[in-house]
Amino acid sequence: MSKPSDLVQGTLDMLLLKILALEPMNGFAVSQRLKQVSGDVLQMSDGSLYPALHKLEQEGWITAEWKTSEYGRRAKYYSLTPLGRRQLEKEADNWGRLSSAISRVIKLKEV
Amino acid sequence: MRPEHWLYTIPLRLRSLFRRAQADQELDDELRDHVERKTQEYIAKGLVPEEARRQALIEMGGIEKRKEECRDVRSVRWLQDFAQDLRFGLRVLRKSPSFTAIAIATLAIGIGANGAIFAVIENVLLKPLPFPDSAQLVDLGHDVPRIGLHGRSAAFLYFTYAEQSRSFQSVGLWRENSNNLTGLAEPEHVRSLEVTSEVLPMVGVQPLLGRLFSAEDTTPGAPLTAMLTYGLWRDKFGADASMVGRGIIIDGLPRQVIGVLPRNYWFMDSKAAVVLPLQLDRNKTILGNFSYSGIARLKPGVLLAQASADCARLIPVALHSFPPFPGVSLASFERWRITPACTSLKNSLLGDIGGVLWLLMGTIGLVLLIACANVANLMLVRTQGRQQELAIRSALGAGWWQIARELLLESLVLGVAGGAAGAGLALAALRLLQFLHPANFPRLEQISMDAGSILFTFAISVLAGLLFGLIPAVRYAGGGVAAALRTAGRGTSESRQRHRARNTLVVVQVALALVLLISSGLMIRTFQALRHVNPGFVRPEELQTFDISFPRSVVTDPIAVTRMEQSIADKIAAVPGVSSVALTTDVPMASGHWLDPIDVEDGTDLKATGRVYKFVSPGLLSTMGNSLVAGRDFTWEDLYDQHRVAMLSENLARELWGTPQAALGKHVRRMSTSPWLEVIGVVGDERADGVDQPAPKAVYWPLLMDHFDPEPLYATPDISYVVRTPRAGSSEIMQEVSQAVWSVSKELPLASPQTLEDLYNKSLARTSFALVMLGIAGTMAFALGVAGLYGVISYSVAQRTREIGIRVAMGAQHSTVRRMFISEGACLAAIGIAVGSVAALGLMRLMASMLFGVKPIDPLTYAGVATALAAAAAMASYIPARRAMLVDPMVALRNE
Repeated sequence: MSKPSDLVQGTLDMLLLKILALEPMNGFAVSQRLKQVSGDVLQMSDGSLYPALHKLEQEGWITAEWKTSEYGRRAKYYSLTPLGRRQLEKEADNWGRLSSAISRVIKLKEV
Repeated sequence: MRPEHWLYTIPLRLRSLFRRAQADQELDDELRDHVERKTQEYIAKGLVPEEARRQALIEMGGIEKRKEECRDVRSVRWLQDFAQDLRFGLRVLRKSPSFTAIAIATLAIGIGANGAIFAVIENVLLKPLPFPDSAQLVDLGHDVPRIGLHGRSAAFLYFTYAEQSRSFQSVGLWRENSNNLTGLAEPEHVRSLEVTSEVLPMVGVQPLLGRLFSAEDTTPGAPLTAMLTYGLWRDKFGADASMVGRGIIIDGLPRQVIGVLPRNYWFMDSKAAVVLPLQLDRNKTILGNFSYSGIARLKPGVLLAQASADCARLIPVALHSFPPFPGVSLASFERWRITPACTSLKNSLLGDIGGVLWLLMGTIGLVLLIACANVANLMLVRTQGRQQELAIRSALGAGWWQIARELLLESLVLGVAGGAAGAGLALAALRLLQFLHPANFPRLEQISMDAGSILFTFAISVLAGLLFGLIPAVRYAGGGVAAALRTAGRGTSESRQRHRARNTLVVVQVALALVLLISSGLMIRTFQALRHVNPGFVRPEELQTFDISFPRSVVTDPIAVTRMEQSIADKIAAVPGVSSVALTTDVPMASGHWLDPIDVEDGTDLKATGRVYKFVSPGLLSTMGNSLVAGRDFTWEDLYDQHRVAMLSENLARELWGTPQAALGKHVRRMSTSPWLEVIGVVGDERADGVDQPAPKAVYWPLLMDHFDPEPLYATPDISYVVRTPRAGSSEIMQEVSQAVWSVSKELPLASPQTLEDLYNKSLARTSFALVMLGIAGTMAFALGVAGLYGVISYSVAQRTREIGIRVAMGAQHSTVRRMFISEGACLAAIGIAVGSVAALGLMRLMASMLFGVKPIDPLTYAGVATALAAAAAMASYIPARRAMLVDPMVALRNE
């Protein structure tokens, strides 16, 4: 199975931004959601999740605030900033172009 | 990067920096929360709690490691390291307060002096004048070396340039004058600035109220007008806005106030309180009368050289466009060879102050170097003491850079702290400078500690910190761990190598101190030489002078003017304590001269050479204490009976007839149309332009003269009184003298009261300013140099206590031990003095223009300074050396 570290550089950032674009959530929920949506194909280790989130925060793409979770526990909720939204659009664009180019190459008929 | 990016990231960075504990706590909470949830999840899947938790932790891969990774992405790592080093450095410095205090004080003095001098240089020399496009402004002067005239202009040249020049946008003429302002509670003598209508617009002045002068105001015969400066308007007229349009009385004539100048108005350091229009009549303008300053604005793109060439082209045109001075032929004006002296307005204002200031900057820079050397030495000694600590840290894995960074940071902290204290000192020094107000110092009130100066001060603080920090950093950070650990232990003395750095620093200090001391020594010799010059008067502190102008409204007839002048003199002579009183038009060192040619009996070709004209009363020579070289003085009878007599200065008599005696009985006259006057006396030379300038050649006319062209009978209405009294300079004597004057006429204000000593000191102002500044620099350098030497020898004694103990135990005499240390100090001092002398031989040539009566290579100064420095060095090594003698071998050996 593919590990997150095998993901194309920068793709992880895009995925995290995309997930946070849906709704603000905490780190644990992010990892759950990623697994769930990708049908367990994309899993990232808990170990690399948090440094990645902190990096996005330092870039100013997401922002964090402490809220009380549904279980009555205080948790750090991340949400997308306008800057992050722009970044996501940019990366999604890039990704779209890249993946369609790759699939065009892959689908070439062998003679 | 976009500004909104900073909106999000800056608060985060600041939080990471300043609320590190909280940020770390939150990180911890976040990760633990995650592990907690994961554990719950596994428990829900049926794992036992311990196993669930283990799985969760494995997936996280170690909480501490992840935390470190998260911290790393905060990207303030280097800043945190810096903060940590800084905190460590501050702690180390706090632990040795006396070292820190000495280092900071030393640096503060060095940096402060540099900051102050830089502020002066920046504001005075470097900043453009506060005028729009000031680079286009030109002092449009002329030199006529033959009559001793420099940088002046005249009406006939002004009209010619204004009408025909190709280089200037506009041309103006101005001069300073002084006038009586009456109609107030007391008559007031005010300084005035007289300008043609172009001058104020040329320098971009906007009136606060009213308007500037129009061409109409400067037309002869037009109603008289005046502008008030802000200060006069506020102090004398209560800042009354309705002053514009009202009348004031200046020199007995009513003038309409047309405007008030703004508060920040500044024009060439002029102290004028009123500005008046110059009404020059083109139809009555003749050649000569160089009593104005010219000012002009260049057309864009025109260079000074082009403007000069343009003027040179127009001077012959001007000479043919106006009639000559009566009795002097056009040919003799052409022989004057009037040459244009176009200089930028700024350079003409600055004069030669630049040389003095750069010299000071250089010397003060040297003082800072010495101060840095001193602090470097202290740092070396201290780092030496911490050698073991550094070695241990290095052995424990601290990198070279880490230790060097820390040592450097420590010295940077010292440097910046010294700089901050220095900036305060600089500010105080500038205030003091403005308070002392040295004479002839341009743009003094424009000096401030501005952004540039503060930046400079900060920059040199950092540089100084790096400079003296680098030496110990390079020396000690480099490890040699084993060696350091070994030497720091018992059993060895300090290696020679460690000595070398400190010894070199001391040699440099002594050499620099010698250079500075020689420069101040040369200034002292210059000052002495100047004091020994006979200025043409004695005991100037007893000579009180002041000016009186007799307005035409009070008296017009020349004989009546003279009688009034004499009766005022008599009244003043009756004031208690006054021993004599006399009158002159030319108080030495006070201001410019009346320069004109004279005609001489035997027709030598000296006609166009300018001589100083002085109109004097009988008794001036004895009042001043000047000598009568030959013949006799004027008498009052000479004046009233209009005897045709004159006196000459000794140098003029010698030039014309060889000896003073030969001049007696010869004849001189003002011009070919004037009657001949017999030379009845020859007067000692007077250094009227300052003691460092040659005495001008002067002719003394009687105060009242028969037929002084073009006047049939002439007495000057503007006169200076010279009063000899031991009470000179006190306000009481001026009050009593004023009463004496007012007992003759109530409408006579007394202007510019000063003692001749003030004037004398003012003429020495540049020399004394340089002397004081170099003296301060020299003293600081001397003290720092000697302290440095003392420090090195004391440290050497302290380090070698055990060695001394061994020597004494082995039977060395105390005197031998003492000699050992003294000779060490003497050796260092001797090398420093030798190096410094060589450097001084080269450097002192830069001072040549400031010296008087002494050569840049003056053996006496060099020998004297070297001896004094050597003596001080010997003393500085003797004191610690004596301590070495007191070492008790038993104690010394047991010591460690």
